[in-house]
Amino acid sequence: MSEPLALEVRGVSKAYGAIQALKDVDFNLRKGEIHALAGENGAGKSTLMNVVDGIVSPDSGEIRIRGEGVAITSPERAQALGIGFVHQEIALCGDVSVAENIFMAATNQRRAFFMNYRQLREKARGVLKSLGGIEPDRLVGDLTISEQQVVEIAKALTLDCSILILDEPTAALTEHESRKLFAIMARLKERGISIIYISHRMAEIFDNCDRVTVLRDGRHVSTDDIAAMTPDTVVRKMVGRELGNLYPQKNPQAADAPVLLEVEGLDDGARFRDVGFALRRGEILGVAGLMGAGRTEIALGICGLAPRAAGRVRLDGRDVTPASYAQSIANGIVYLSEDRKGSGVFLDMPIAANVSALDLDRVSTPYGFVDRSAEEAQAARLADSLRLRRGSLAAAVSTLSGGNQQKVAIAKMLSIGPKVIILDEPTRGVDVGAKVEIHRILRDLANNGTGIIVISSELPELIGLCDRAIVIHEGRIAGEVSGDGMTEDNLIRLASGLGTAPGGRHVGHG
Amino acid sequence: MSVMGELAAGSGEGEGRRGGWLRGLGNMREVGLLIIILVLCVAMSFASPYFLTWTNFRAMLLSFSIEGIVVVGMTVLLIVGAIDLSVGSVVCFAMVIGGYLFLAGFDPWTASLIAILASSGIGVLMALAVTRIGLHSFIVSLAFMVIVRGLCLAITGGTPLSLFALPPSFKFIGQGSIHGVPVVILIFLAVVLVFDILLRRATLFRRVFYTGSNERAAAYSGIRTDRVKFFCIVLCSTLAGLAGVIYMSRFGAATPTFGMGMELNIIAAAVIGGASLNGGSGTILGAILGMALLSVVSSSLILLDVSPYWQDTIRGLILFAAVAFDHLLHKHRQATGRKTS
Repeated sequence: MSEPLALEVRGVSKAYGAIQALKDVDFNLRKGEIHALAGENGAGKSTLMNVVDGIVSPDSGEIRIRGEGVAITSPERAQALGIGFVHQEIALCGDVSVAENIFMAATNQRRAFFMNYRQLREKARGVLKSLGGIEPDRLVGDLTISEQQVVEIAKALTLDCSILILDEPTAALTEHESRKLFAIMARLKERGISIIYISHRMAEIFDNCDRVTVLRDGRHVSTDDIAAMTPDTVVRKMVGRELGNLYPQKNPQAADAPVLLEVEGLDDGARFRDVGFALRRGEILGVAGLMGAGRTEIALGICGLAPRAAGRVRLDGRDVTPASYAQSIANGIVYLSEDRKGSGVFLDMPIAANVSALDLDRVSTPYGFVDRSAEEAQAARLADSLRLRRGSLAAAVSTLSGGNQQKVAIAKMLSIGPKVIILDEPTRGVDVGAKVEIHRILRDLANNGTGIIVISSELPELIGLCDRAIVIHEGRIAGEVSGDGMTEDNLIRLASGLGTAPGGRHVGHG
Repeated sequence: MSVMGELAAGSGEGEGRRGGWLRGLGNMREVGLLIIILVLCVAMSFASPYFLTWTNFRAMLLSFSIEGIVVVGMTVLLIVGAIDLSVGSVVCFAMVIGGYLFLAGFDPWTASLIAILASSGIGVLMALAVTRIGLHSFIVSLAFMVIVRGLCLAITGGTPLSLFALPPSFKFIGQGSIHGVPVVILIFLAVVLVFDILLRRATLFRRVFYTGSNERAAAYSGIRTDRVKFFCIVLCSTLAGLAGVIYMSRFGAATPTFGMGMELNIIAAAVIGGASLNGGSGTILGAILGMALLSVVSSSLILLDVSPYWQDTIRGLILFAAVAFDHLLHKHRQATGRKTS
């Protein structure tokens, strides 16, 4: 090899107590390549990157940067060595400007007592311009999630990084925003910056990366050129077993089934306007749209979690327009939030108590006391039917992995025997294996007559899972696609307000 | 799966602490406190012949019984994720209102009832400020601590009300005994028992845990979190009012400066007992043991002739040690017990 590797990790191991998070892992990164790092949750991706960024110190192994052995003892040291890490969770201060957020990191790089703010501002402006032109004076809190992501990248670039680590950068982005990010990545690559790209999404890896390294259970499985791989082979290496068909069988009869849920003229006067659609029995209905298009707000409006100005909700022809979410639960219409940790589960409470939260009366004696054995029995029944991997039902939800936490949240919905479940980004942040399982669970529920509405920013998921999808653009239904019309192209066109897609149906009012 | 499976299986036994109210297993905090208290008692029985006597124990129990009623309310409030700094003032307020009305000619029972209701009224005002205006309970109760103390001083004109005319039947509440056990202690035990059972088992109090653990998730589970918080704030003030009228009966006087700094002792007891200032965790038993520990320490310091000037410092250090230990233990568990990738 003529040029030294940008980064070389040799034989790195790290154990937390009895758990071997990394075992003798090798990894190398060439100059100017985009290198995907794939693996299920718990495979060791984040630990490996934390070692490279100096957040975690390895038990053994060595790291070389541009051919020289280095000891990365802290994130500050990593920064000095030209490593930029854009974490999955955005770590910006919302109350101050973009430029100040960028400076915050810079203050720690300089030893000088006074900062040259003017120079930094110019530099920040230049970097931001090359990334799509966010004004440095805007408040970070006013930016969209995708713009904040760009600011994180700008922060790394302002500090002259040559190695950029992106940890699931598209998890919170819509398709459209993701594409912008990929264009930025391609430009950075041309400038000779090496990128480590962590993602669960195969399509992104295959469209944008040069090589892919797979980790499993803390071990290095393989490193290959993308050209030599298929999504299927990568997933198989990640999981270490056959997953079978990635998406469950759709329900062709659903199109003729009787209508279960009908939403009519739903309007809050601001974020969504005159929304109307029908959900048929046994059907999984997708809701597509850009982030901020009003998808979540519509769901909240249907469930009585947010105020409505107008509109009716009918279940089996009966008017069930709820005044509060408690009423909606009583009617059997439940909502699963996209923000699992923030509003989906009670992390520090036991699994059993989480599952019974929607309707305590189901597990209570007539005098208002919780019957703990009934509560545990209910949780055990649902946990088993969802194949939740768990120890004791008295254990806190925080001890579970993301995928299993999501199953607890779903068990909570199912505890009331719902007629309609609205799921907002049900597989965000869960690994491939759990994702496949959650999809199967949803299809089983649909086949047993539960109405399922899935809001998702991941187009392959909408296309693979749903029988039909409506697309929201700026608070209105822009159109509907089903069958062969369900293509990424159609969904994106409708979501961006480009009108009727060929093969799709344009839906008017009601 | 392997890493995750092991974790889920392996972490079962250690996790009972925060969710200990659900299952009896692993009330580690309570057991730990009990051991510390017992060790202290044994050590003290060697150090002082007066320690291990019924008189001393009765004195210790008496000293924290009435405050213990307020601790119950504070614990519930901490679990829901709020705090009340006004309890010391409200205890005094109930005492002063009760005393004032008695001197104005009301019979002491009616006067006490009105005093307790007036305390609930203070709670209602604070609850409205928290749930309707959306202010933080810390700042609301800080303001009411000062407001209510001011009311006490204004009502009494700054001088203690002498209530020696209270009838014996009423004084019996604070000063009498049944079979040698002071009535005050019996009331305290009854309150503790009732609320301990309610907190562990009643659906109403389960909603308190949900709300304190994650208010948004609770709202997204159809729980009216504002009502739950409202209830907890009013409950805490009401129990403070109850404590106030018992103090009135006990002392036969209403002192407008009574109960200053009481809130800190009460919050310290609840926190030592495992209640989190972030909400979502805490037990009545733990809080009472926290109170008992502080009381045993105070009693020991007196018997050991430690200068009163040092007693606050030592109590403060105990609070600090308990909280720091708990935090480190929790962090350690997170580091070893959680997934890393």
